Amino acid sequence: METYTLIVLLLAATIRVATPLVLAALAGMFSERAGVIDLGLEGKMLGAAFAAGAVSAISGSAWLGLLAAIATAVFFALVIGYACITHRGNQVVAGMAITIMVVGLGPTLALAWFNLGGQTPQLDGPGQRFVGLAWPWAQSAREVPFPGLVYAELLSGHSLIVYFAAALVPLSAWVLYRTRFGLRLRAVGENPHAVDTAGISVNGLRYRAVIISGVLCGVAGASLSTAASSGFVRDMTAGKGYLALAALIFGKWKPWPTLGACLLFAFTDALAVRLQGVALPLVGVIPVQFILALPYVLTVLLLAGFVGKAVAPHAIGVPYAKEK
Amino acid sequence: MKFARSLLPFIGALVLAIPARAAADFQPAIVFDFGGKFDRSFNQSASEGAERFKKDTGVAYREFEITNAAQREQAMTQLAKRGASIIVAIGFTQASAVEKVAKQFPQVRFTLIDAVVDLPNVQSVNFREQESAFLCGMAAALASKSGKVGFVGGMDIPLIRKFALGYVEGVHFVNPSAEVFQNMTGTTPAAWGDPTKGAELAKSQFGRGADVIFHAAGATGIGVMQAAKDAGKLSIGCDSNQNYLHPGSVLTSAIKRVDVAVYKSFDAARLGTWQAGQVVLGLAEQGIDYSLDEFNRKVITPEMEKRLNQAKADIIAGKLKVSEYKAQ
Repeated sequence: METYTLIVLLLAATIRVATPLVLAALAGMFSERAGVIDLGLEGKMLGAAFAAGAVSAISGSAWLGLLAAIATAVFFALVIGYACITHRGNQVVAGMAITIMVVGLGPTLALAWFNLGGQTPQLDGPGQRFVGLAWPWAQSAREVPFPGLVYAELLSGHSLIVYFAAALVPLSAWVLYRTRFGLRLRAVGENPHAVDTAGISVNGLRYRAVIISGVLCGVAGASLSTAASSGFVRDMTAGKGYLALAALIFGKWKPWPTLGACLLFAFTDALAVRLQGVALPLVGVIPVQFILALPYVLTVLLLAGFVGKAVAPHAIGVPYAKEK
Repeated sequence: MKFARSLLPFIGALVLAIPARAAADFQPAIVFDFGGKFDRSFNQSASEGAERFKKDTGVAYREFEITNAAQREQAMTQLAKRGASIIVAIGFTQASAVEKVAKQFPQVRFTLIDAVVDLPNVQSVNFREQESAFLCGMAAALASKSGKVGFVGGMDIPLIRKFALGYVEGVHFVNPSAEVFQNMTGTTPAAWGDPTKGAELAKSQFGRGADVIFHAAGATGIGVMQAAKDAGKLSIGCDSNQNYLHPGSVLTSAIKRVDVAVYKSFDAARLGTWQAGQVVLGLAEQGIDYSLDEFNRKVITPEMEKRLNQAKADIIAGKLKVSEYKAQ
C-alpha cells in the first residue's frame, strides 16, 4: 500500500512537472513542422513567465496574467518571424538572440517596476494564481483504496493549465494530421516550393505557425510563474525550453511520441526528487549526488540507445525564397 | 547587548593593526551571493543589516549581486580598487574569492560570512546554525500530528547538513520515534533559486505523510512555504524571519542574524574597532534564534513556547549539547 501510494504520488508529480515541457514542445512542433527552427522557446517562455507574474501581481488576476503572457510570447514569435520569414535571417541566431535578450530583460524590468531584485511580487491573493482544482468528491474518494487515490491525486487537484496541456496533445495531432491547415503546415516544412506552386502563401503559413508557437509558449510561461510557483524569479525556465526541444527531437516531431518524451523527462526528474534519502530494497540509501545526476544519465542513455533515427522536417532552417 | 560585548576583547589590538580611515572616505561594500538580495532569506537579512547601517550612520554602501560564479572575484577586485574600506562577502561560496582578493589588497578589510579564511585582513563570521535548527526541530515535532516531519535543504554542502543534523536532533529530542524526511535541492548554487523544485520536494514529503517542513534553501524555500500553504500544512522559515510570508502556515523561522553581523562589521570598521579573526555566533550571542511574533502566535502554543525556551536556556547554559556536523 505504501509503495502504491508512492507510485501514484510520483505519477502525479510527473504530470505537474511535464506540463510546461509538453506545452513548449508542442509549440516547437508547430514552428519546426513549418520549417522554422524554434530555438527561441526558452526565451519566449521566460518572457511569458515574467509577463504573467508581473501582470497578475499588478491586476490581481491570473487570467489577465495569462493573456499578457500570450501577448508577450506572440510578440517575440513575431519578431523571430519578421527576421527569419520576411527577411530570411538565420533562424538559430534569431532564436538565440531572443532568448539572450529576455534573460536580461525580465529581471531588469522587474527590478525597475517592483524593486525586488529581479523578481515579481509574491502572488498570494485570491485569483492571482492558477491553483489546483479539486474534482468533486476528491477528498472522500481518497478513502477508497485503489481507484480512489488515483482519482484524488492523479486526476484531481491539478491546475487548469495542466488539463489544457493534456487536451492539447490530441488536439495538436488532429490539427496536424486531420485538417487542411495541418497538411499545408507539414508540406511547407517539407517542400515549400510545392506549396507555393499550389498557390498558397509559404510565408503566411509560417507566420501562422510561429504565432501558434507563441501562444503555446505563453501558456507554458504562465504555468511556470502563476501555477507551479508564485511569481517570476530570474532564470525560472532553467533550461526547460531546451529540454522541450530535446523532447521534440526525441519524439520525432510527432505529438504523441513528444508527449511520451516529455513525460519521461518529467518522470526522471520527479523520481530524482523522491528517491533522495529513501532506502531501496537491496541497495539501501543511494547517495544524493547520484540521484541528482540520474535524470541526465537516463536521458543520455535513452537518447543514445533507444530513440532510433529522428528525421527532421526537410526544409527546416531554410528560409524560403520565391524566385529560386 | 551580549553580541557587542563578545566583540570587546578584540577591540584593543585592532586599531593598531589597521589604521582607521577618516570617516569621510569610509566606503563600505557588500557582495551578495546567489539568490540575490531579495531572496526573503539569507541575502535579504544581510541587505537589511546594510540598510540599517546606512540609515543610522548616513554612510552609503556599495553593493554587488552575483549572477554567475566568475563575477565574485571581479566584483571584489573592482570594489577594492575603487577604494572600498571594508568588503562584506555573504556566503560560503565567496571564500576562495575573498582569499585571493584579500591577499592582493592587504589594506582592505574583508568580512566573510559563513566560511573561514585565515588572513590578517579577513574576519570570518560563522553561526552555530545547529542550535536554531534544533529548536525548530523541537517546534516541528511538537506541532506535528502525524509524527513525520520534513527538511528541504538547498545546495548539498556541510553548512546545510549542519542545519539538517541539528533539526533531526531537535525532532528526536521531543519525539524519539518521529520520522524525518530529508531532501537536498541540488549540488550547484542554482539550488538556492529554484522555488518550483522546492515546491515539488515539499509536495513529495507531504505525500509521504509529513505535516511540517523546515527549509534551509534560500529562495528555493519560497516554493516550499508556498506548497505548505497550498496544502494546508506547516513550514518553518530560515535565515530571515519569514513568519510574515504566510501567517498561520509558517510555524516559526530559524533566524540567523546575518543583518547584525553585517551591521556590526560595517560599524566596527567605521569606528576603527574592526578585528580580523574568527567570530562564532550562537544562541548565547543572540546571533541565531527562533522567531515568535504576531504572525505565528496562533500556531505556537504556550506549552510549546515553554519547552522551546527551556531548551534554549539549557543550550545557552551548556546543559544541552547539540552536535555539530563535521564534513568528512
